[in-house]
Amino acid sequence: MEQSVNYLGLIPLFPLMGAVFIGLLHVFTCNRAKLPEKVYGILACIGPVLSFVLALKVFIALKELPAASRFLSHKAFIWFSVGDLHIDMGFLADPLSCLMLLFVTFIGSLIHIYSIGYMGGDKNYGKFFAYMNLFLGSMLVLVLGDSPVVMFVGWEGVGLCSYLLISFYSEDRSNVLAGNKAFIVNRIGDLGFVLGMSFLFWGIGASGFDYLSLKANVQNLEPAIALTVCLLLFVGATGKSAQIPLYVWLPDAMAGPTPVSALIHAATMVTAGVYMVARFSFLYAGVELAGNIVAWVGILTALLAAIFGMFQEDIKKVLAYSTVSQLGYMFAGVGVAAYSAGIFHVFTHAFFKALLFLGAGAVIYALHHEQNIWKMGGLKAKMPRTYITMVIGAFALAGCPPFSGFFSKDEILYSALATGHYGIWAVGVLVAGMTAYYTFRMIFVVFHGEPRDHHAYEHAHEAPSVMTVPLIILAVGALFAGFFNLPAIFGGDQMVSHWLAPSLSEHHPHASVFVEIIAIGASVVAFAIGFKIAYSKFGQGAPAPSYKGFADFAYHKFYVDELYDAVIVQPYKAIGSSIWKVIEPNVTDAPVKGVSRLYMVLGAAFKVFQVGYVRVYAIYMVLGLSLMSLLLSQSLN
Amino acid sequence: MMHNYLYLAIILFCLGIVGVISRRNVFTVFMSIELMLNAANLAFIAFARVHENMDGHVLAMMVMAVAAAEAALALAVVILLHKHKSKLDTNVFSLLKG
Repeated sequence: MEQSVNYLGLIPLFPLMGAVFIGLLHVFTCNRAKLPEKVYGILACIGPVLSFVLALKVFIALKELPAASRFLSHKAFIWFSVGDLHIDMGFLADPLSCLMLLFVTFIGSLIHIYSIGYMGGDKNYGKFFAYMNLFLGSMLVLVLGDSPVVMFVGWEGVGLCSYLLISFYSEDRSNVLAGNKAFIVNRIGDLGFVLGMSFLFWGIGASGFDYLSLKANVQNLEPAIALTVCLLLFVGATGKSAQIPLYVWLPDAMAGPTPVSALIHAATMVTAGVYMVARFSFLYAGVELAGNIVAWVGILTALLAAIFGMFQEDIKKVLAYSTVSQLGYMFAGVGVAAYSAGIFHVFTHAFFKALLFLGAGAVIYALHHEQNIWKMGGLKAKMPRTYITMVIGAFALAGCPPFSGFFSKDEILYSALATGHYGIWAVGVLVAGMTAYYTFRMIFVVFHGEPRDHHAYEHAHEAPSVMTVPLIILAVGALFAGFFNLPAIFGGDQMVSHWLAPSLSEHHPHASVFVEIIAIGASVVAFAIGFKIAYSKFGQGAPAPSYKGFADFAYHKFYVDELYDAVIVQPYKAIGSSIWKVIEPNVTDAPVKGVSRLYMVLGAAFKVFQVGYVRVYAIYMVLGLSLMSLLLSQSLN
Repeated sequence: MMHNYLYLAIILFCLGIVGVISRRNVFTVFMSIELMLNAANLAFIAFARVHENMDGHVLAMMVMAVAAAEAALALAVVILLHKHKSKLDTNVFSLLKG
């Protein structure tokens, strides 16, 4: 039933090869005459673009197969085989991974093209593109892996690359710390993933550990183990996809170059958690409790991040919290077993979030690395193309019909309502209003009103076309991506849901048209209210506010970072130093030092026999030999 | 008859041991070692004679060859020792004292 195609392995291989090649080129030339930047830029774009072309080929090949047997696979080689555990380096393309492939490679390619302009003049130009290619390649391994183990390779790869790229401007210590934070927080999540994977293998791994075998054997899994596996895997997802309680790394990840933020938020990295839950939908579908936990964690993350987002002053941090918030929606979607809705939101989110980040990057570029929105203002006239594309992205993010974000977010909220998760739905609608508010707060403050910093305003200029063309392409995507999954009520045929159906274990809820109208109406009203408040407060320009009370508390992100520092980091350090200062010298070192002291005493005792005169050694020899002879003669008798 | 040869060998060997232990001159020590080797040779030859077997002779020849080689080496060492300290007293060389 599955077809083997050998070009599947090439999809991740192209960017990975690009990474190796560009990396070597950079290493061998960076200390001597530098290569022109164009060389790196073009080399870096080859890999992603070729991958995108192959992804299209995969899509066409899958489309020709009948819906029930849409699997393409390729086993590159046997990775390892120990006892019951046989792991192939295998790749699997089914409708789910194919959808991910298409937009990951597409948006990845656009971000690479944009970076050619954005990173111009950086002294580590080559290194940047090597990491970017490695990042994309790791994500493609994650998406295409045919077993949790291969997925984990990509999973770790994106973690590594995020670390490398977040601390890319490594001259500044705070950037390095941000990279460390991302890596360490991700490691905590990864532990959950590894444990979950181990439990899964323990449960049903003996009869094949690739997704298709797991899916076939999932009914043999004991419910308790299934719940454990689901929760542990979700811990992994909270790390990678920035959910409560491990979301803290994502806002700090803004320390990296803006295209990296776009890549992390749109195409690679954070979507991995949602993809993983959807990939294991056969598992989550059977454990309702796990799904509920996922959904509630998701929607609470959405709420928390939206609250933070309303009070940020750094343009990239506003967007970072909006990503955390949107990821919360996605988890709410997959949590209420609306997997296709969650994945569809990943899909549309990729377009508008990449667009918003790249737009923000263009603004930052124009203002010479100014990121504080209260120093911007009135940029509409100076940067018309960036303005228009970003407004499109903002409408999509805020969920205004008919932009793409509306359809995907509405699908999630509708699913929550239709499956009877009223609490999640209510919080979701509230967050939708908050999203509209903080998105347009950002747009109005940055682009409308009077310039706040005249010096920066005078020097602002539109970005070069290598940067604006990707923006325009993404704006078209952000505008129209929603129509791929138009619900029936608007006369659509839910193309994406039907496309994904063979990969996912979901049952579409059947609810009346009335419920659907309520869901849509509530979303639209929430958007309108949020937009109205933002317009009345910031539409005509407003001074930088000073926050008091709750606002100040939210501006400082509820002091969660400080809380983690006090509750986890400091005690951990205290434990570490007490082990170092008390336990190590007294407990572990004592026997080691005792042994060495014993030999010193013994040595001192035997020293007296070593007199140094050759005659004395002769006596010892004679005595020894005599003794041996005696013993020998005794034993012979 | 046989016993006499062995008595002589034992006496020679003990003389050698006493020489190695009690004398301090390097040459004397060295000659004492040679004496012990020859005592052993004498015992070999005696046993070979009694058992009418050539193995003892072979070993005796072997010991002589080894003794010759050893003499060459030992004398070289003695010269170096003398160069080093201008003395041939074994008590002067006690670098291995613990």
